[in-house]
Amino acid sequence: MNRIEEKISALGYAQTEYRENMLTVSVPKDKAYETAAMLRNEESFDFLFDMAGMDYGDSLGVIYYLSQSSSPQNMLALKTGVSEREKPELFSVHDLWDSANVYEREVYDFFGIRFINHPDMRRIFLRADWKGYPLRKDYNADPAVNPVPLENELLEDMETAPSISMIMGEETETVHKLFDRNEYIINFGPQHPATHGVLHLRISLDGEIISKIDPNFGYIHRGIEKMCETYTYPKILHLTDRLDYLSGTVNRHAVCLCCEKALALEIPQRAVYVRTIIDELTRIASHLIGWGSMCMDMGAVTAFMYGLRDREKIMDIFEETSGGRLMVNYNVIGGIADDIHPDFCRKVKEFIPYMRKMLKEHHLLFTGNPIARGRMNGIGYMSREKAISLGATGPSGRASGWHNDIRKIEPYAAYAKVDFEEILHEGGMTFDRYVIRLEEIEQSLRIIEQLIDNIPEGAYKEKTKAIIRLPEGEFFQRVENARGQFGVYINSKGDKSPYRVKFRSPSLVLVGALKAIATAPRTKVADLIMLGGSLDYVIPCIDR
Amino acid sequence: MIWIDNILRTYLGDTWALIAEFVLIAIALLTVYAVLALILIYAERKICGFFQCRLGPNRVGKWGVLQSVADMVKILLKELIHINRADHFLFRLASFVIIAASICTFAALPFADGAHIIDFNIGIFYLLAVSSLGVVGILMAGWSSNSKYTMIGAMRSGAQLISYEISAGLSMLAIVILSGTMQISEIVAQQSEMWFIFKGHVPACLAFLTYLIAGHAETNRGPFDLPEAESELTAGYHTEYSGIQFGFFYLAEYLNMFIIAGIASTMFLGGWMPFHVPGWETFNGIMDYIPPVVWFFGKTFFCVFLALWVRWSFPRLRIDQLLNLEWKILMPICLINLILMTLIVVL
Repeated sequence: MNRIEEKISALGYAQTEYRENMLTVSVPKDKAYETAAMLRNEESFDFLFDMAGMDYGDSLGVIYYLSQSSSPQNMLALKTGVSEREKPELFSVHDLWDSANVYEREVYDFFGIRFINHPDMRRIFLRADWKGYPLRKDYNADPAVNPVPLENELLEDMETAPSISMIMGEETETVHKLFDRNEYIINFGPQHPATHGVLHLRISLDGEIISKIDPNFGYIHRGIEKMCETYTYPKILHLTDRLDYLSGTVNRHAVCLCCEKALALEIPQRAVYVRTIIDELTRIASHLIGWGSMCMDMGAVTAFMYGLRDREKIMDIFEETSGGRLMVNYNVIGGIADDIHPDFCRKVKEFIPYMRKMLKEHHLLFTGNPIARGRMNGIGYMSREKAISLGATGPSGRASGWHNDIRKIEPYAAYAKVDFEEILHEGGMTFDRYVIRLEEIEQSLRIIEQLIDNIPEGAYKEKTKAIIRLPEGEFFQRVENARGQFGVYINSKGDKSPYRVKFRSPSLVLVGALKAIATAPRTKVADLIMLGGSLDYVIPCIDR
Repeated sequence: MIWIDNILRTYLGDTWALIAEFVLIAIALLTVYAVLALILIYAERKICGFFQCRLGPNRVGKWGVLQSVADMVKILLKELIHINRADHFLFRLASFVIIAASICTFAALPFADGAHIIDFNIGIFYLLAVSSLGVVGILMAGWSSNSKYTMIGAMRSGAQLISYEISAGLSMLAIVILSGTMQISEIVAQQSEMWFIFKGHVPACLAFLTYLIAGHAETNRGPFDLPEAESELTAGYHTEYSGIQFGFFYLAEYLNMFIIAGIASTMFLGGWMPFHVPGWETFNGIMDYIPPVVWFFGKTFFCVFLALWVRWSFPRLRIDQLLNLEWKILMPICLINLILMTLIVVL
């Protein structure tokens, strides 16, 4: 990293700062693309972790979080900004990283920064006729400006996509059609049994074969990042469970860790252990749902019920200790909300052998099934390079052989103290993505097994002030949730609520991955549903 | 039965008596059809619950036995939703075509000795003919609903039913060769010594298996439920139907499962004929004490249970795999089986 820092400093126009494994590079607007291309091509920053839009008041900015697949602990934040507010424009980096495609649309939607050369500059979450850019500080939130529409929404903004191109310093704006008139377009969602939430896929079909996919988001957009700017920190925690509801505790853990890092708060070991156990239980529960719903997408309803049956045990453990089942609301800044239930350890210890036995049953019921193997065979190949470029982290990326487990890369909580394997598959096929979830359940059980007998006695929570104010600055934390790398970025001005919060959703890019692998030749409608299940995205995390 | 006939003939004269009998039989048939559907729906929900570690219906009546009655009342009271720009004539007609095809097939099943409504000398031919009429109704439903989901469902269904008809027909032909007749009552009568599945050696067993698979595929139930693949096409060809029109599809689906099981038990497991072993006279005598209706329903429900077992254990096939299974595996097996059966009969 030092070498990279020197190299960038030598460029002359960039300012650099190195702190906690994160190199921050600020470059002017017109050098941003050049620097990004240099980092991508010469320094192998091949993973665009996230893009965060910013409104600094006097200027609008974008932060690109980059990482390397070869040494994933290295993070680099590339910052750039535009001072113009009327028509802010930047060059698109979608040709360097596939994941920039959706990230840039998100920045455009919330901050109004348009990206030159981006092929599809539609708003990603909000309606096309929405007035204003909500995360700008001068946004007018008066309901009179954007009244609730009382008429049917037309599909117009799903038919065409605008884009801006710059040729010889001259800007041209073009609007191109996404589908031809005579294409057989079918709407999957927003209400559909297999979209795992309110995702809207517009698919062009040639018989049963898929020729084009256009995902539309925003049906469950709640503006959580905007809400965070007015909430106090303890209140923000409650919103995180509502992002990816299947790994709510892990998301909440990330925000707690980020705040604790900012406050330089040392939390008791008891809380660290319990948090880790709860995280791993959540991961098992989530993988069971992911496995079950993938099986259900292939038509095996019984497998889904088996998954739910075992998950129920975990929900019961959560309920006893925290009072919540799906929204556990257990982590708080400084530790955990309350001590564990006296039966907690006993029940978890009973659960481990039970789950091991059931895993065998799951394999017996479904993994070896000839129809299931036939369905998954040869479909949905995602190469390692593609997975990295798309930013498909978590089990989906690991099935393609990409080492990206944050628990191993920068161990947080008690992960450094336990012995477990990061499961990697080289195949990148649907079956790899399917079986990796069941294998990760086994690893989670191993982690829990090592921790459950060693929970230290003592306080479960560090006392915090009644009103928590984070010091001025920028704070960043990433954790591994059940779907991949979940990131939190908090920009604080020293107030009791943050200036800007950005969540990195692992699911958003997975839909991009779905688009990439399902448009492979000879992929059929039935495969699309199965591939969606194999990537296991959760829509509320995408829409936020 | 004769005495009803006599009474009617005394009071009404020959022509009217015949018409009155037609009506009576039709009413009886429809009642049995509806009651069987209720029983099957209840059985499926309970068995499915058993497979999925659930309880199944257990609130309405003892063990939830009245659940399907309550559901029937509910579905009768439901609104028929008007579909914009649908072809209303075909849309309404489709559900009747399906149920009519299903009832016509149902009428040809021999429930017991003499309890047989349609008994032609070309009974098997009739069975094959009317059971394939259902696909017309499915295509009509898919086409007239003016929806893309139903259209894909109907197209899948057309391809599937026409393909699997071949295997079903060929495996039934194996039994026709063995028995030398197409009359259903005659086929059952020939099994009085021994059921065809034992009499016909390996080819009969193979034919039984292929018939179960092909027949299962004809009923559009999992793992062959592509036409209504709920995770892909919401509900396939009947997505747009509501109220009792949907009820007709639902009813026909369950009864078709029963009919396929009924044909399988008639052709291979002796129908209403009790289990007889040549030479064991006492044993055969004891078996005869069990009424034929019990034998028929016992065997049929055994086949239904097999169908449910498969449905709730396997994932769904993809359309190309489905057609490959039929044209590249099942049909060649059936053809070879036919030759084998001929050899056995001739030698």
